[in-house]
Amino acid sequence: MGDDADPGEMSCAQLVELVTDFLDGTLDPDTSDRFEEHLRICDGCDTYIEQFRRTIDTLGSLPEAGLPEDARDALLNAFRDWPR
Amino acid sequence: MGIEAGEGEQPFPPDSELVARLRGRDETAFVLMVGSWSGGLLRLARHFVSTNDSAAEVVQDTWLAVIHGLDSFEGRSSLKTWVCRILVNTAKRRGVREGRTIPWSSLPVAQDQGPTVDPARFLGPESEDPGHWRVFPQPWPMPSPEQEAVAKETRAVVEEALTHLPDRQRIVITLRDVEGYNAEEVCSILELSAANQRVLLHRARAFVRGRLEEYFAGAKAAADGG
Repeated sequence: MGDDADPGEMSCAQLVELVTDFLDGTLDPDTSDRFEEHLRICDGCDTYIEQFRRTIDTLGSLPEAGLPEDARDALLNAFRDWPR
Repeated sequence: MGIEAGEGEQPFPPDSELVARLRGRDETAFVLMVGSWSGGLLRLARHFVSTNDSAAEVVQDTWLAVIHGLDSFEGRSSLKTWVCRILVNTAKRRGVREGRTIPWSSLPVAQDQGPTVDPARFLGPESEDPGHWRVFPQPWPMPSPEQEAVAKETRAVVEEALTHLPDRQRIVITLRDVEGYNAEEVCSILELSAANQRVLLHRARAFVRGRLEEYFAGAKAAADGG
């Protein structure tokens, strides 16, 4: 009644700010329902979430460096020398 | 025996077993732990200090502190989270000495506020459907196993994007998404509230996604242009 938008309907601009909460399962039940309802009818947001997941997966696949060998040897010696 | 072990064939032991073996001075267990976790610790330490050498020293100091503190580990968090908390405290002190302080307690600041997606991507209030995409995000090409070169480039884009993030966002996304700690663990490691953790993580992820979007759009334009 005179409101700009139906409070029950989530916009794409609102949804994109809630993706991390959604993926962590920390949305309240009502917001979660509206989120999923929006996703069912919006290919754009579906793509956005897919890309968010892909971003997270890529972050999880970054290569790691290691400690230099002399540092590792020094640590092992420290562990050996640690008094019982 | 050198410390070479990564997360190889043998399954990583559960905390109860690992802690018991370490307290029993089992060198194999120590080698396994240091080999498996140092890479992630190095990456994290680097965000607090000025040089790679400095980060390596922080990791080494952390392991020494772990050796000396092992008997006082109470198991209230996982061993890995406990080690990580020692690293963060060590790295923070080192960062302060190097003139790099990260203002953890002063949220929110401008870079942590406002929309994470350019408002111009959405219809304005004058439209019938305000807040909806003007143009849907373009789907990205699916990764395929034979496209290792593309996967490598994608990882390079993500690495590069991380360097442009504000410190706190970079540290939170590194812990959550690169190292795989859960929200509760990250809050405990950094002494952050759940709400601040979420804000920093979400902004960081949205920024990295945006960099990937630019990369894929550029790659597509290049391919379409011949």
